[in-house]
Amino acid sequence: MRERRAGTARVLLADDNRVNRLLLARHVELLGHQVEMVEDGLAALERAQQQAFDLVLMDIDMPGLNGFELLERLREHPELRELPVIVTSALEGMDGVVRCIELGAEDYLRKPVNLVLLKARIGAALERKRLRDQQRELVRRFATREVAQDLEAEGFALGGRRAQATVMFCDIRGFTSLVESQPPEDIIELLNTYYTLMFAAINEHGGVVNQMIGDGLMAVFGAPKPLQAPGRCALLAAAEMVEMVAQFSEEQRALGKPEVRIGVGVASGDVVAGYTGPRSRATYTCIGDTVNVAARLEAHTKLAGHAVLFDAATREQLGDALPSLALGPVQFKGKRSEVDVFALSSS
Amino acid sequence: MATGVIDEQVFAELQASAGADFVVELVDSFLEDAPQALAALRAAAVSGDAVAFRRHAHTLKSNGHTFGTLALAEAARVLEHTPLAALGDGAMAQVDALLALYDEAAAALRERCHA
Repeated sequence: MRERRAGTARVLLADDNRVNRLLLARHVELLGHQVEMVEDGLAALERAQQQAFDLVLMDIDMPGLNGFELLERLREHPELRELPVIVTSALEGMDGVVRCIELGAEDYLRKPVNLVLLKARIGAALERKRLRDQQRELVRRFATREVAQDLEAEGFALGGRRAQATVMFCDIRGFTSLVESQPPEDIIELLNTYYTLMFAAINEHGGVVNQMIGDGLMAVFGAPKPLQAPGRCALLAAAEMVEMVAQFSEEQRALGKPEVRIGVGVASGDVVAGYTGPRSRATYTCIGDTVNVAARLEAHTKLAGHAVLFDAATREQLGDALPSLALGPVQFKGKRSEVDVFALSSS
Repeated sequence: MATGVIDEQVFAELQASAGADFVVELVDSFLEDAPQALAALRAAAVSGDAVAFRRHAHTLKSNGHTFGTLALAEAARVLEHTPLAALGDGAMAQVDALLALYDEAAAALRERCHA
């Protein structure tokens, strides 16, 4: 959120009646806020998508998109659904008020607007927004953006949903000996750099890192939000990760520090994704055979001599996006049947 | 100066809350826009567009309240809440009556702001 003078909010005001619009804008400005004015609901929706606002003040009776419709559209919008809305209208009777509140309006003010009430309600709406923003910030610090959005949209419930997804495991080769040979401060710095690079590549291709354990991470592509060809996205991310780590290694060597290599395993198929753990400290994760195969493939990179290994289902989604080669079937521990293993040629 | 057309208390409160200079600009906006709303109201009566008729009556009511021109506001309010079909042939006479109230209100506002 942008920095601004304490107590000053950016208010979007939608009213087709010029006299009402100018007067309300004047009053809101006199309360110390900044106002953007638009003349109808559609313009309000467009403006709200382009710029960040703290509050919407709107009329009900507008041409094009009226206030009720605008409220509905805002509530459907993932980024705008929490934007507080105060409805101002000269409509009489309770029906309009009730409908606005049901559609998620924060408050309702009858026109002509009483200034004392206007000030109090804007203040209350902004305070509630501040608390919500704070809460969301907290959730986002401890969860990925996608998981946070999923939580906001769907609410929190333990238990999972079936999804077609791709799972990736990645870790640093020879991490244990690295830890033994380097001071702990250097290791932490190296891990921070490593995670920054891996997160960037994974997020760029639509993946979500959902677990970090030491030098290892698990990422999911295609859940909670569906993704077109999650397998291809994961392999594009993997190729970028290998490339980034190679560059990082180059820098390390120039500084006389140990080089780093990674191994990546990727598998695609059915997973069950959801929140597991005690209610007080649940994490978003994926389970299923696909997850096991991805983990085994990652471990197998040590033997196979390739940095990125994947299964046949992922190979199918790759198309000709990247050159690959078939390594043949491998019998993994705990698996009844053999798994056809593929590698990225460059790795 | 026309007396009784403008509710003094409402107008004084408007000036106190928004500033007298700003109210002059606001009145000018109203005097520019209201004739269009009245023309649109008339057109809606002619074409039988009940939704537009109610909307324009609503606009005039709302602005009438803002400036304290209460006779105009009340007459517009009656039109807002009477279905156009129920007005029948009388609709045009009602619009004419509203126009007369507007002329009166406009004259009073003009005098107040630009005397």
